[in-house]
Amino acid sequence: MRVVAALSGGVDSAVAAARAVDAGHDVVGIHLALARSPQSHRTGARGCCTLEDARDARRVADVLGIPFYVWDLSEEFAEDVVDDFVAEYAAGRTPNPCLRCNERIKFSAVLDRALGLGFDAVATGHYARILETPHGRELHRAVDPAKDQSYVLAVLDAEQLAGALFPLGGSTKDDVRAEAARRGLLVADKPDSHDICFVPDGDTAGWLRDRLGEAPGLVVDAESGETLGSHDGAYAFTVGQRRGLHLGRPAADGARRYVVGVDVATSTVMVGPPVLLEVDRVEGARPRWCGPAPAGPVEGQVQLRAHGEPVDAVVEVLPGAAADGGDLVVASLRGRTRGIAPGQALVVYDGTRVVGSATITRATRA
Amino acid sequence: MPDLTGDAVAYLDHAATTPVRPEALAALTEELAQVGNPSSQHTSGRRARRVVEESREAIAAALGVRAGDVVLTSGGTEADNLAVLGLYRARRAEDASRTRVLASAVEHHAVLDPVDHLGEREGADVGWLPVDDLGRVDLGWLKSELADNAERIALVTVMWANNEVGTIQPVAEAAALCAEHGIPFHSDAVQAVGSLPVDASAVDSLALSGHKTGGPVGVGALVLRRGLSPVPLAFGGGQEREIRSGTVDAAGFAALAAAVTASMADMDLRTARVRGLRDALVDGVLGSVDDVVRNGDPEHSLPGIAHLTFAGCEGDSLLLLLDAVGVECSRGSACSAGVPQPSHVLLAMGMDAATARGSLRFSLGWSSTERDVDRLLDALPAAVARARRARSRR
Repeated sequence: MRVVAALSGGVDSAVAAARAVDAGHDVVGIHLALARSPQSHRTGARGCCTLEDARDARRVADVLGIPFYVWDLSEEFAEDVVDDFVAEYAAGRTPNPCLRCNERIKFSAVLDRALGLGFDAVATGHYARILETPHGRELHRAVDPAKDQSYVLAVLDAEQLAGALFPLGGSTKDDVRAEAARRGLLVADKPDSHDICFVPDGDTAGWLRDRLGEAPGLVVDAESGETLGSHDGAYAFTVGQRRGLHLGRPAADGARRYVVGVDVATSTVMVGPPVLLEVDRVEGARPRWCGPAPAGPVEGQVQLRAHGEPVDAVVEVLPGAAADGGDLVVASLRGRTRGIAPGQALVVYDGTRVVGSATITRATRA
Repeated sequence: MPDLTGDAVAYLDHAATTPVRPEALAALTEELAQVGNPSSQHTSGRRARRVVEESREAIAAALGVRAGDVVLTSGGTEADNLAVLGLYRARRAEDASRTRVLASAVEHHAVLDPVDHLGEREGADVGWLPVDDLGRVDLGWLKSELADNAERIALVTVMWANNEVGTIQPVAEAAALCAEHGIPFHSDAVQAVGSLPVDASAVDSLALSGHKTGGPVGVGALVLRRGLSPVPLAFGGGQEREIRSGTVDAAGFAALAAAVTASMADMDLRTARVRGLRDALVDGVLGSVDDVVRNGDPEHSLPGIAHLTFAGCEGDSLLLLLDAVGVECSRGSACSAGVPQPSHVLLAMGMDAATARGSLRFSLGWSSTERDVDRLLDALPAAVARARRARSRR
């Protein structure tokens, strides 16, 4: 196959590209320039899009002996990922930009361009597996549960999966680092990236404040309605958050208080005891199926945040029942879970297989 | 012609760097094997100094100036920076009201960026000389600036020929206008020297680069009229006219002189041959691919540059596809930070950013052959068709 290997400048994508070369594919390395004005060097946590990362990616391609190019996707990234991220926060939701980037950039803009230029697939360093089965191509969790990234890939449909290659899904991170060192890839020791790549220094609240301005409002006790404090902008708060509330006085019963709801229309942040965070029914809109849509209820698991534990659930699809007129995905949990933020992804699993995902719109308790 | 790149590739990026000419390579290796600091007073030093001075004389002769006008630098970028920053600082030190800097809107970054720096950090009032749709500067604009602001102007800089689209500027006319007012005029002639007859005596200051003329990378010169004393950029031994410090690179200078001398000796024949190849390239492309526009001034152009815009096509995609079949060309604009910015040259010529993205520069030089052109013409139609399909998917 002719393969485009997306090289971020990190260790995972480097080893993924190396394995694609070993598998006999004709590989071209591509570094995605996503930032409008790349910073030269970042200290601390590694992001993407720095000059240093671009250089590291180039050196990986040199070592592997493959051609290397930088593709400018800054326009698409700004529009489809960054603007969407800001708009979601402005609407009181907590988006996951990595899913968005996989759906719209890596396996859409990049994949389309690659296919158009005569390539067959895009390889990335994501930890997930694609299995060929009698039922067709399936997306599965990685074998290393600590690194599994199937959650952020659950937006890929069958067509996108057909053009995806994840050479690391069967390995552990330790194996990948060791392999990078063995192959002489200089990025073997590079730290993992954790932050949102386009938010420098990890200060998401400050970054959002620069874009959305201050929108002061009240912090209110969800049970009594009593005003407990004030804040500069409701978008800085996420359901389930405990830190940064700056409430002067403790709750009457001494229990910790959490954000249990955010109302951007009135700029109100509601807080309460953890019991208010408990939910057993989660709804999501805008479903994306990693294969055929389920024909009936799925007895499986759902995962409700990037590094969350899977929860047993029955998942049903109600055609046309979502507020946007599309299909509504309803997960009835066996047991309760806590702190589900609208905007995050509800990912449906059947064992290790990723069935699909939806964007959480509501979480309730029976 | 010697075939330097073999069968592997068709090298069509001579404007980025051109192969070292055999004359320059011989001069370089011969001198590199010798010991001697040209500033030393013993026999070895005098020997090295003689090489330096003979090189200086050769370059001066080739460019129509006196030997003392030639200041060795580490390349075109240093020469341009020394002229722009150094002359501005010197002129302002003489008269604090001289803050106006005029530069053409299509300058190379080696001029553009120091001018920007002066505007942003050193109080310069920058005026960008506009160009027409062929990329030629507007002399009328310059005249009216000189009429209105002459006493405030620190310097004027207009490149000899543009590195992206190849347009030759009316440098002698512009320099003469400035001379009437005693305003120093600098010209970045990095692309011109070796490709055009360049009379450096027409200007006050001129930059050239070794590796664009068949010499090595890391060596160049500033040709500077006597009486001009730019403030140095780096301070030290003052080896070159107290303007430029650092041990003089005798080997590099000898190679630069050899390259410049050789390119003057075969100028007519070579440039006629290169122009013929370039015209065949342009005709071949226009005849085999639809919706292609040639940019620049067809009448006043560097002989080796063909700058083409392919409608409905990403230049990046086309470059990748051509590279894959061994045809090497360029987007023609800098992309040091990873994200290629739309070319300021094309924007200044009135092209919109989206159209500019579909542009490629093919540049030929002394070692180019008919086969290089044929390989491009063989590969291009399919590559353009594919790149256009890739674009239309979105």
